[in-house]
Amino acid sequence: MPTRELCIAAFVLFALACATRAQAQNPYGIGRSATPAEIAGWSIDIDRDGNNLPAGSGSVSRGHEVFDQQCAACHGAKGEGGVGDRLVGGQGTLAMPKPVRTVGSYWPYAPTLFDYIRRAMPQNAPQSLGNDDVYAVSAYILNLNGLLPADATLDARTLSAVKMPNRSMFVGDPRPDVKNPACMTGC
Amino acid sequence: MTEPTDVDNDPAVTSRRRFLREGGALMGGAVLAGGVAGRDALAATANADNLPPNIPEWMKAPGDPMGSQPYGTPSPFEKGVVKNIPKNLPQYLSASGRTPLQDLDGIITPNGLFYERHHGGVPTIDPAQHRLMLHGLVDKPLIFTVDDIRRFPSQSHIYFLECSGNPVYKKPYGKTASDLVGLLSCAEWTGVSLKLVLQEAGLQPGAKWVVAEGADAAAMTRSIPIEKCLDDAMLVYSQNGERLRPQQGYPLRLLLPGFEGNMNVKWLRRLHVAAEPTYSREETSKYTDLMPDGSAREFTFYMEAKSIITRPSGGQRLRAPGFHEISGIAWSGHGKIRRVDVSVDDGKSWQEAQLQEPVLTRALTRFRFPWHWDGQTAVIQSRAIDETGYVQPTLAELLAVRGDNYFYHNNAIWPWRIAGDGEVTNANA
Repeated sequence: MPTRELCIAAFVLFALACATRAQAQNPYGIGRSATPAEIAGWSIDIDRDGNNLPAGSGSVSRGHEVFDQQCAACHGAKGEGGVGDRLVGGQGTLAMPKPVRTVGSYWPYAPTLFDYIRRAMPQNAPQSLGNDDVYAVSAYILNLNGLLPADATLDARTLSAVKMPNRSMFVGDPRPDVKNPACMTGC
Repeated sequence: MTEPTDVDNDPAVTSRRRFLREGGALMGGAVLAGGVAGRDALAATANADNLPPNIPEWMKAPGDPMGSQPYGTPSPFEKGVVKNIPKNLPQYLSASGRTPLQDLDGIITPNGLFYERHHGGVPTIDPAQHRLMLHGLVDKPLIFTVDDIRRFPSQSHIYFLECSGNPVYKKPYGKTASDLVGLLSCAEWTGVSLKLVLQEAGLQPGAKWVVAEGADAAAMTRSIPIEKCLDDAMLVYSQNGERLRPQQGYPLRLLLPGFEGNMNVKWLRRLHVAAEPTYSREETSKYTDLMPDGSAREFTFYMEAKSIITRPSGGQRLRAPGFHEISGIAWSGHGKIRRVDVSVDDGKSWQEAQLQEPVLTRALTRFRFPWHWDGQTAVIQSRAIDETGYVQPTLAELLAVRGDNYFYHNNAIWPWRIAGDGEVTNANA
């Protein structure tokens, strides 16, 4: 049956073409495609410009409530630190003998605050806060550092717009920066 | 710990710690005897019936039958050789434990003694439910099972791993080699070249960074430059022949030879190919280096050349004048160790040590130096030089450039002081 043979030949050619294309992109043919929904569920990285910040918003006052419930036990009632890092203060101390590195004094980018709180805090229950509460806690911590007024509300746009005071103080890696002359005798 | 040796562990430090750990059953005699004679006291309490000319008791009856230990453990006489876990930390979920470098020989760290650093505890991950997602600037986003990753062509390499904060610049400095630089270990890693896995998805133009994320409670995140990802980076599933230990990222981790430890993301679950770094908390707030003028260095990836004498070293004691081999380890994130120099006269003169083959790139290299101790006070130290010609600096040289607010990447020479009674202590302390 010529028709059937033609069909088979066409199918074989089609299959070969597919295989060749797959090989160009998938040299070993290992793994399966990730769906957009799967990627959306896992892809939580937020860059320094705030790209990928989710919808939602939170106020300083709501953040105060969430902080008291979720954060204060480790970070102190006013972010002064405890078992967890100090979060507040220290501006102007980075060149001093005992620098105080906090969100306000050291962190270069505000969106990182949302990224880190969402993925890793509170330490006993990470990824348990809703996006609104993460915005709210971020707002409260920035407010405690004098970087946001008490009546402020944060969302993707306004968080991305916050300029951190230490933003311009980061430099690249200049190493090797120390030279040992490797003296062998009479050193 | 009962083997004859010319180096004693200081009973004032080590035996007391062991006594506490072991409930005193084994080493209690040594501690009760007290003082520097502790170890000899232990030997004295050994049953002389087992010494020449007598036949030892363990030859007069069969030993443990096959199968008494389905997974073998060290001799009970080595129970004191364990990870060096800091005491009195405010919390132990984001913490580190050190390798007892001064108790080990060779260049391979046993898996049970490999240093640990985690940022949200050690997760227990069912490999059947673990996935690696590869997405971002790729032609075809992919999801892999652990079995999928094991289907790729495999490779094995011996590389060191070192925490970037090993040690810090401010006093107080540690007493032992482990206290100082125990956030360092070395293993044979088996896995797949990351380049092959990235090619499977197809990199798009503009792919300059890969953001790696762990499946732990910290969702640990670091950005890796694409050049490293396409060079010697690996996705690793086995360490020293067996599957990764949970503390080392079971069932899958990133391995970036020569890069600071935290970038070698454990429990790896996601690779996000991007044009820019993500500037995560772990590469801005942490793992950046504060300079005296208040500026901070970021993306300081490489661990520079370094070495330390592990024998004799702090907490040990030379029993008597005479021949003592000086032995230690050297390593560099920039490649092979070219030379190690040793000084036994407080840095006045230096001599080249012997390197134990194989000398491998970005692995520990064992060095040795024969020495005759005359019983006088001495300061001994080692200095590594790598294949780029870089020379390990002194602590003073580092502090002069970086100041002591700098936190990471301290690769200083660490001298040991040997007192007239043979006690070995940190000469910088």
